[in-house]
Amino acid sequence: MTDPVLDIRGLRIALPKGADRPFALSGLDLSVNPGEIVCLVGESGSGKSLTAGAIMRLLPEPHVRVADGSIRFEGQDLLALSEREMKQIRGDRIAQIFQEPMTALNPQKTVGWQIDEVLRLHTGLGRKARRARVLELLDLVHIPDPRSVYHAYPHQVSGGQRQRVMIAMALACEPKLIIADEPTTALDVTTQLQILKLIRELQEKEGAGILFITHDFGVVAEIADRVVVLSKGEMVEQGTAAEVLNRPKHPYTRALIGAIPALVPPRPRDFRDAPVVLRAEGLVKTFAARGSLISGKRAPVTAVDNLSFTLRRGETLGVVGESGSGKTTVSRIVTRLLESDCGAVEVDGTDLLACSPRELREMRRHIQMVFQDPMASLNPRKRVEDLIAQGPIVHGADPKAARARARELLELVELSPAAATRYPHEFSGGQRQRIGIARALAMEPKVIVADEPVSALDVSVQAQVLKLLADLRDRLDLSVLFVTHDLRVAAQLCDRVIVMQKGRIVETGVTAELFAAPSHPYTQQLLASIPGRGWTPPDLATDAA
Amino acid sequence: MTAATTDLPRAEPAPAVALWRRFARNRAALLGLVLFGAVLVMAATAGLIEPTDPLRRAGDPLTKPFTDWAVPLGTDQLGRDILAQLFHGARISLLVGVLATLLSIAIGVVVGALAGFFGGWVDDVLMRVTEAFQTIPNFVLLLALVAILGSSIEYITLAIAIVSWTAPARMVRAEFLSLRSREFVDAARNLGVSNGALIFREILPNALPPVIVYASVIMALSILLESALAFLGLGDPNHASWGNMIGQGRAVLRTDWYCAVIPGIAIVLTVLSFSLLGEGLNDALNPRQKKQ
Repeated sequence: MTDPVLDIRGLRIALPKGADRPFALSGLDLSVNPGEIVCLVGESGSGKSLTAGAIMRLLPEPHVRVADGSIRFEGQDLLALSEREMKQIRGDRIAQIFQEPMTALNPQKTVGWQIDEVLRLHTGLGRKARRARVLELLDLVHIPDPRSVYHAYPHQVSGGQRQRVMIAMALACEPKLIIADEPTTALDVTTQLQILKLIRELQEKEGAGILFITHDFGVVAEIADRVVVLSKGEMVEQGTAAEVLNRPKHPYTRALIGAIPALVPPRPRDFRDAPVVLRAEGLVKTFAARGSLISGKRAPVTAVDNLSFTLRRGETLGVVGESGSGKTTVSRIVTRLLESDCGAVEVDGTDLLACSPRELREMRRHIQMVFQDPMASLNPRKRVEDLIAQGPIVHGADPKAARARARELLELVELSPAAATRYPHEFSGGQRQRIGIARALAMEPKVIVADEPVSALDVSVQAQVLKLLADLRDRLDLSVLFVTHDLRVAAQLCDRVIVMQKGRIVETGVTAELFAAPSHPYTQQLLASIPGRGWTPPDLATDAA
Repeated sequence: MTAATTDLPRAEPAPAVALWRRFARNRAALLGLVLFGAVLVMAATAGLIEPTDPLRRAGDPLTKPFTDWAVPLGTDQLGRDILAQLFHGARISLLVGVLATLLSIAIGVVVGALAGFFGGWVDDVLMRVTEAFQTIPNFVLLLALVAILGSSIEYITLAIAIVSWTAPARMVRAEFLSLRSREFVDAARNLGVSNGALIFREILPNALPPVIVYASVIMALSILLESALAFLGLGDPNHASWGNMIGQGRAVLRTDWYCAVIPGIAIVLTVLSFSLLGEGLNDALNPRQKKQ
């Protein structure tokens, strides 16, 4: 038995006065052995990211500080080190992979420069050796064209690639401990699986200990050796992965695991006789590339390439794909928030793309959208009732009647009508998304386009919102175009699924059949990449979820 | 359905109340408000102090302050009452300050909103025009405009507005550029909201707070510009204005300093009140910025 790389005893982190609780963490005990992956699991606000901050000594002091306890790294007490000594350790022997690669990377510097910087600070390598090492690292994290990405700025590469860059930076000095703070949350399944594999590979090769912070039990099932469950700063459960996943003891853990959508598609329903409400034909969208004289040209991107589909009344059609597959572009073209290069979008027989601006405004009532980020998609300066009633009022409804209807809609999405006079920032994420759904319903549309409507929400909230969507769809006979990256979510709701890759449809079919027997290799790969696919959540028939 | 989904957070105070609370937390801002209130009172009561004409002869020329209670702050070299001029001057300063600010913000908002919202060639054209204005030094342009238009108080106000709309225009454009790509704009567009309503009802209210804060700066600057013009003798001679008073007091600065210093203090305090108000508004309207 070797000594643990990281050993945390009785860690307490104090929050400033006026916070919802006095301690962000109260009494955390945790150790990470070399070559071990320990998952720290909890919902948003459980204090898991602050743990990472405490280990790296990057807490926003003095407001948030370590009140009690010890953090030992390779036997050394991190809390007793000077800032200078800590700098030597950060990025070299302890590396961190952040939650949001876009904000963790400097937008002003090229990707290559930023990885190079780590090597420059912690190694004595020469310029050429560093460049070679950077390209090697980029290749190691499976970035397709390392040379092009070396010269790209963070905003020019996709989200998945940015996270790979972050990991390349963390790997640069072959650290002994890696703190991964939700590193795969923003990624698609295949990328996620590759990165999880990559993390495993590194850990086996280097014997590094990994503290993996996540909210996703699928990921836990995929990667964890041991699991620590946090709830509101309290450690509620700790044990080996098999124990916690299959025989959870604490009610909180049981509730979390119970909320995970099962990978069982709904029974196929027959829509062959239903009328077609939305038909897309030959849609193409190309984004012109930008590049500079020095860094060289980057190829133009075809986001959507000759895409056609039909959606019948009452049906839910899933559009599934990785980031960059063009699925979000499809949702924007279909609602004509983005102009298609060619093709047609027929809503109830009228071509939306051929409409004049005036006709278009009239047509918009038939096709409504639920957006991904409920905070960004609600105007922060409008009251909830005005947000919901806005559409009908624009289309000539009596303002008073529209507001009264808005209150009814709030009840329909299971919010109290008292919410009507509040502003969006007063609500939680799940409640905001309900408001977004109510706004879409207010127009009594024929088609609802939902663009990743639950991907910004916690698992337990996600389950509630999905249930609501399914419920409303059945009651109001809605047709839904459901764009998602999450196959578990797609399996919950969609009757048919379109699988997209690089702007093209690679496979389409009834969900149950497609999940059972995927024919295209890409679909097979997607399905094989679902985190924790080998683990079926135990049946925890409790009402706690 | 579980109670958790219908639970609402505790009601927050009305936006106006919250705004006032954040504003009142800043002591300096309250001082600014008091000073501003004092200027308002001066402007409002000017008619009581001197109902006929503040520019009439009220006593012996160059009476020192606090010697003759008919003219408490003394008189200038033409025997005009300094106190009366000071109160009537507050009217002119406020009039110029408020009107010039409103005008310049209005021009700035329209130009900035159109440029930021539509982008492309609209943006190019409008921003080149803005830059053309910005390349000419403010005061030089103001002097030229007043020389062309004449120096009545209306034209001075207009001229000040014309030289100070560029900064708010750039500010509004920058806000629009970042706001127009936010999802709530797409959401409103998707409801069938027209471009005009998108600009003025959806985006503008979100873009306004920094502009409102900047308005206090423009107001202070307008008052300074008007005073500077008057100091150079280009003010409207038919109105008592603080700038005019300083300009005329300059001639007797060595012997009778109070003729220039009293209106000088009035200008300093007024400009100070605007800048304190602006800071308080900044705290109140952009609370997140200050917490860092």
